[in-house]
Amino acid sequence: MTITLFVPCFVDLMFPNVAISMVRILERLGHKVECPGEIACCGQPAYNSGYWDEARTVAVKVLEHLEGSEAIVIGSGSCGAMLHVFYAELFAATAYERQAKALAKKCYEFSDFLVTKLGVTDLGARFPAKVTFHDGCHGLRELGAFKQPRQLLSNVKELELVEMGEQVCCGFGGTFAAKFPMISTAMGEVKCSLAQKTGAEYIVSNDSSCLMHIQGLLTRQGSRMKTIHLAEVLANG
Amino acid sequence: MNERELILGRIREALKVPAPLPGHHGDERSSLTSATVPTQVRQWLPAIGESFADRVKAFRRKCSELKADFHALDSEGDCVKLLTDVRDREQWKRLGAHRGDLTDFVCSRLGLPICNTDKGYDVAGLESCDAGLTECDALVAQTGSVLLTSRSAGGRALSVLPPHHVVLARREQLVRDLPEAFAVLKKKYGSNYPSFISFITGPSRTGDIERILVLGAHGPKKLTICCF
Amino acid sequence: MKPAQQFKTQATVMTHDLHHRELIHTALSKYEAVRDQSKAAYQDWQAARQAAAEAKWEAVNHLDEYLVEFSNKLEARGTKVHWASTGLQAKEIILGIIREKKARSIVKSKAMTSEEIHLNEALAEEGFEVVESDLGEFIVQLRKEPPYHIVFPAMHLTRGEISELFARELGSAPTQSPEELTMIARRVLRQKYIRADIGFTGANFAVAETGMISITENEGNARLTAALPKVMISLLGIEKVVPRLEDLALLLPMLSTIGTGQPLTCYNSFYGGPRQPGEPDGPDEFHVVLLDNRRTELLADGEQRDALHCIRCGGCLNVCPIFRNVGGHTYHTTYSGPIGSVITPHLRGLQEWKHLSFASSLCGACTETCPVKINLHHHLLHNRRNAARQKPSMFEKVAFKLFAFVINRPSLYRSSKRAGRLLQIFHPLVKGTRFDPAYAWTKTRDLPPIARQTFKEYWRQRS
Repeated sequence: MTITLFVPCFVDLMFPNVAISMVRILERLGHKVECPGEIACCGQPAYNSGYWDEARTVAVKVLEHLEGSEAIVIGSGSCGAMLHVFYAELFAATAYERQAKALAKKCYEFSDFLVTKLGVTDLGARFPAKVTFHDGCHGLRELGAFKQPRQLLSNVKELELVEMGEQVCCGFGGTFAAKFPMISTAMGEVKCSLAQKTGAEYIVSNDSSCLMHIQGLLTRQGSRMKTIHLAEVLANG
Repeated sequence: MNERELILGRIREALKVPAPLPGHHGDERSSLTSATVPTQVRQWLPAIGESFADRVKAFRRKCSELKADFHALDSEGDCVKLLTDVRDREQWKRLGAHRGDLTDFVCSRLGLPICNTDKGYDVAGLESCDAGLTECDALVAQTGSVLLTSRSAGGRALSVLPPHHVVLARREQLVRDLPEAFAVLKKKYGSNYPSFISFITGPSRTGDIERILVLGAHGPKKLTICCF
Repeated sequence: MKPAQQFKTQATVMTHDLHHRELIHTALSKYEAVRDQSKAAYQDWQAARQAAAEAKWEAVNHLDEYLVEFSNKLEARGTKVHWASTGLQAKEIILGIIREKKARSIVKSKAMTSEEIHLNEALAEEGFEVVESDLGEFIVQLRKEPPYHIVFPAMHLTRGEISELFARELGSAPTQSPEELTMIARRVLRQKYIRADIGFTGANFAVAETGMISITENEGNARLTAALPKVMISLLGIEKVVPRLEDLALLLPMLSTIGTGQPLTCYNSFYGGPRQPGEPDGPDEFHVVLLDNRRTELLADGEQRDALHCIRCGGCLNVCPIFRNVGGHTYHTTYSGPIGSVITPHLRGLQEWKHLSFASSLCGACTETCPVKINLHHHLLHNRRNAARQKPSMFEKVAFKLFAFVINRPSLYRSSKRAGRLLQIFHPLVKGTRFDPAYAWTKTRDLPPIARQTFKEYWRQRS
């Protein structure tokens, strides 16, 4: 299969290793991976801020470049939700409505793609550490990713997974993190505290934007806890 | 034009714009053919077995969770015996009650002054009763509820003002679930409903202080249900 | 202070209040445990949600028909039905009844709609004694503050604080026991029911088929309010309508399961009129006041109409991480949490109240929990879009246009990356200070650097 990997701007700029890990995993499974260089943003910032015309300017480019793709894996849960769920709304009653709906059917969150589409749960990975898992909200609620990351992690050698026991948003929320930093920070503190209680060395997640926020807090707190993306864990060993 | 017409006018104008059906985000809009609610509700709410034994078991379990006292008895006589014990234990001096086959039978054998509510009553008098004795329209196994009305239970206050509410019910009145209870209501009163109907599920309670359960907030602190 | 600024200021205070955070978290954890137990008893919770959503859809999308049926059936049995387009009209109607009856004391059971129209203040101004009989409402009334949560008005208080309050206002002996505190309130309120001239209630549902209002409660105070006083007044929003009595067989347990975690609330009572012939008690007069107060405006918005399906369970408040961290009072609205954020712009004005729609990470927990499947977090996005369309911020519009321009052109994207790398060198000089353009982030969090080699650079190198 030829898989199109859509790498959003912040993954490209700040977490390239996440995308590189995804490429490695997909290629090891025998697939061809394409990463269109012309697109770098799903349009979520403008969409979330209420500027849908400006969001469409960006999103149309994405629609056009992903039109011919067989399957699209998106490097982040929130961007994935944008393509899979919100494009239909954004392009409703426009010339691109049909295209947006067609695109949605081909978009996948990374762990969901591996488990549901490819039927793969064991990547032969090894990651000797105690970890806990943070479910990015968009991946969880808009893309239905809950069992899949855990199925994949259960087959990683020497990895011990401890659950936080509570499902709660980390507080990133895109522009929310900058518009309401005090609330965003408080939510992040709650998440870090839940993670710390597990005694895990790493917080693993399927969403880099969440990890950026959580890591930012952990570093500022001087915590020894680290964050890592699911793809990086699965590409290890 | 009065306010009613103005509001209805605004509503009709507003409803010219269609709204999407729930749970069908993105699908074409269509109108609902017939309501799915009454017919299939039973398939989704907690299930109750068919037999009377199942019903009693479920009702008993619910009452235990709710801290209501439930007694499945063999006869009216056993009921009197039980309530006589309660009367002595709680030192009842005065009872509130309404006229009825079951209430008459029990009241006449408890030997206490009765504040009868049927033709109106003195509120302070009812307030001073130690218990309120009523019949009911149904007991609901699924939820542990007592269904009663102002017509079957001596008014609105008798079952809520005194600190102990005692319900007398016949076996046949124990129905499976809420849909069945609503059917009972319709059948019994459909052409002329009482002005007050209530599903009572356990003694009065509140969780307003630190979400800690306290019984007897305003209504009865004790609920005793006798079924025979 | 404008609402948006007030919200931010109070949110800043509340998010630093660790005692509040802990208290709310503990209370809501208990709630979650019982809620999940109750949900698990359903054979098919999701199907139940769909059915509940459809029942409310039918009611709201034929609102005029059902309201007429409801009103006619009530009037046929002696109820006086009043229609109020605004909160002011509703207050005038209610005051009119009270004055006409020459009433002096009014006992109230919980009615969020009465909070919405600020009824208590209006009654107090006229010199009428109003007593809130619901324990939580009674407590916040004594504290002279609004309810903290639409279902649990005093959730933010500890028993110690309540004990102090009662000691101060009622002269009772201090106690750490929730049971004793409840009994104190019970004793005080008992006489109020018995002596009140007027009983005032809200309603959870309005049944069109049988012409009844439905009131859900645990304490029994609403039942007493509806039983003893000679006059009963019930105020409800027009959207409370449900088509049939049996719809309640589904809606009542769902309301309690998500609202409090209980399989069914203690008292679910239906009132279809004043005392009928042959009935021993009940009010001689029953008045039902139907309130619009801009609900018809929300109704006209086909996209967000389902917000009127709300059964006021409070479930969305309970699961909202924003609500948990800033608390109910920070919103300064009658309805807080996600539903409040969705509807307040419609009820009070979009530009002034859009900030509540932005104060969300859009996690979707609200939509997931809603028993009637309101598309809550999507409506927050709709409010944001509507606000930007109505009154765009030039700064943001230009910024997003610029962003689109750059991001759509790979060469410009590369240039801005180079610029970013350059600026990064200087960032440590201003990081975390007022001069830091990323101050909103860096005040409390570190920012990751731009990678030595970005993914696009790696990919280009590879090919």
